[in-house]
Amino acid sequence: MEFLLAIITGLLYAAGLYMMLRRSLVKLIIGLIIISNGANLLIFLLGRITKGHPPIIPEDSKIFTEIYADPVPQALILTAIVISFGLQSFAIILIKRAYQVVKTDDLDEMNTIDEDIK
Amino acid sequence: MTEQLLLYPLLFQLLLAILLMFFWKKIDAQKVISIVGGFVAVFLSGLLFYEVWTSGTQTVQAASWKAPFGITFVADTLAATLVLLTAIAGLAVSFFSSASVIPARLRFGYFPIYHFLLLGLTGAFLTGDIFNLYVWFEIIIISSFVLITLGGEKAQIEGAVKYFTLNILASIIFLTAIAVLYGLAGSLNMADLSVLVPKLENRGLVEVAAILFLVGFGIKSAVFPLYFWLPASYHTPPSAVSAIFGGLLTKVGVYALIRIFSLVFTNDVFLGQVLLVIAILTLFSGGVGALVQKNIKKIFSYLIICHIGFMIGGLAMFTKVALVGTVFYLIHDIVLKTNLFMISGLIYRIKGTSNVKLLGDLYDKYPKLSLLMFIPFLSLIGIPPFSGFWPKISLITATLNTNNYVLLALIIVASLLTLIVIAKLWSEVFWKKGKELQPRLHFLYFKKMTRAKKVQFVLPIVMLAGVTLYIGFGAEHIQQVSERIASELINKQQYIDAVMPQTE
Amino acid sequence: MKTLILRTASNYLLPILLLFSIFILLRGHYLPGGGFVGGLIASIAFVLHAFANGLKNTKRLLKFHPGYLMPIGLAVSFLSGILPVLALDEPFMTSLWMHEAIPVLGKLNTALFFDIGVYIVVQGVTLTIIFTISESA
Repeated sequence: MEFLLAIITGLLYAAGLYMMLRRSLVKLIIGLIIISNGANLLIFLLGRITKGHPPIIPEDSKIFTEIYADPVPQALILTAIVISFGLQSFAIILIKRAYQVVKTDDLDEMNTIDEDIK
Repeated sequence: MTEQLLLYPLLFQLLLAILLMFFWKKIDAQKVISIVGGFVAVFLSGLLFYEVWTSGTQTVQAASWKAPFGITFVADTLAATLVLLTAIAGLAVSFFSSASVIPARLRFGYFPIYHFLLLGLTGAFLTGDIFNLYVWFEIIIISSFVLITLGGEKAQIEGAVKYFTLNILASIIFLTAIAVLYGLAGSLNMADLSVLVPKLENRGLVEVAAILFLVGFGIKSAVFPLYFWLPASYHTPPSAVSAIFGGLLTKVGVYALIRIFSLVFTNDVFLGQVLLVIAILTLFSGGVGALVQKNIKKIFSYLIICHIGFMIGGLAMFTKVALVGTVFYLIHDIVLKTNLFMISGLIYRIKGTSNVKLLGDLYDKYPKLSLLMFIPFLSLIGIPPFSGFWPKISLITATLNTNNYVLLALIIVASLLTLIVIAKLWSEVFWKKGKELQPRLHFLYFKKMTRAKKVQFVLPIVMLAGVTLYIGFGAEHIQQVSERIASELINKQQYIDAVMPQTE
Repeated sequence: MKTLILRTASNYLLPILLLFSIFILLRGHYLPGGGFVGGLIASIAFVLHAFANGLKNTKRLLKFHPGYLMPIGLAVSFLSGILPVLALDEPFMTSLWMHEAIPVLGKLNTALFFDIGVYIVVQGVTLTIIFTISESA
């Protein structure tokens, strides 16, 4: 399982970076989404995977009696997902706006700021 | 009530932001709340600084969860100083925004978002937990995205795309670094990590984590190979936004670098060398970049990059004298860069353009204002006794002590480059006989403003120039603060003891 | 997407989903669930309604712009967090419990109000985002 997840994480990072290096704005955003999913998976993987033991204390006891999954990585991933949800929705609005204003989704054409201003 | 004092500046900014959201459409009320709130924030931060100065490092365990399990908020002298500076710069920019930002932008929630940005900055300085630092960084960048795109002009959107992409990438790299570090050490509390990390067996992976942190924070603080987003975006938003970005956003990256590399990854020769090379190249490329620009705001953007090099250089040497220089420079730079961008906004309002070639005879028309602007310029170059001079003494002494002659040379070259850039700027913008420009339609020129608005425009610049003068002439006090911070950074045991008191 | 089946179903699904979201919110106290998931489910209820009946009808149903939910929710969460600081000088967000149980509800604590705040904020944010995107499309 760890082996499989490690490969998937690597693939996600690679695919995300590849997409980010393309010229299209839409592909850039897709790349960002993929790479942030890769990061979430990496936290999950490095937090040590424990199968089938959620970190919930049974009702009749006060402490954990057997092995349990580390809740911290799960909390971290949840936080990271929420944050990237906000960022991605902002990104989508931004590229839509950029497309309306600049009339292209090619990143190479977005260079008016490098020209000398009036 | 004093035990929770540390959180008051933080909670107060949150309160302000929420309060401002309730006044969504009422711009005038927002202006008043923001400025009055700014004064209260300065007062609270000053109180915190006084408390830390007199009775040492303060900690709060959020929700009463003991470290290292909960999130700890720590205010050592470095954090308290930076929180105070954030509040001061925030107050000045509040004033400046209420005068300079046009109502069409203010109507889309400028002030609430602005205070969320200040909240994020305050939180990033105060937190003692590395994942919490990530969350504060995200709050900072989300608010900064909104501020940088507010208004939606073409240049702004294009700048925002670059700013956005690189900053998100930096956050993802930072998150990856946290994942690796958590996998290695199993803790997120910085004090706990500083105990655990030196004991780890797998040095290779520790090095990888350190480099990931370096790249992540390096993008945010705009060091040499990673700075290209900064000059592409910082000149596009209104000058009030540029002011707070230039003053504090890159500095929070520098703060994170100082914190991580003084607390968690210490005594690493390889990292020291990497930082040294980065500092040298940053000093050079920033200075040379500033030489060829024609837009005032772009010149200042490159100067930000150039001067980040001083701080990174001091951090790379990691002796007490070098850290004194770094911290002093950080204090001086926050106030100064905020002021510089406000000045660029004022010049833009006076003449209607930021192009150096078209500007001119400012000294002829506005001699008093020119004199006012001269103070930050002199401080920027570091002419004694102005504020830029003192940290450079410490940095140069440190390079001589550690035999880093290349860095010594580059510090001098960078200072000279700054001098040339500012001299060129002065002669072009202030002394040169200006061309008659076509008056712009629908543009509120400075001379047409009401007296009250003029005061609102100039007052924050006067205020920050006053702070700069204090840093220059009262350098003894700042030196004392910096020395105390440097000794705290080198002797990390007191930080660890403050976060996790030994009970036995 | 105005099919009769979905429209009829969404009329029944909206109250059920809202009720379910409140159930998830309260369940989150000891078991998986909580304000965030609850808020998402509640906003999905409205999004489904918007899919079936059109955005205008959903907005008429809501009567006010969902953006106003954000400051309200933030204020609720903030107050529940700051209460221990102001009342007892305990650290921020320390959970305070009532000594006496209230009938039906049981013992209340500040964490519940924090979660309710999160529930409101999440609804406000999600609905604002989705409404904005679908309006400008």
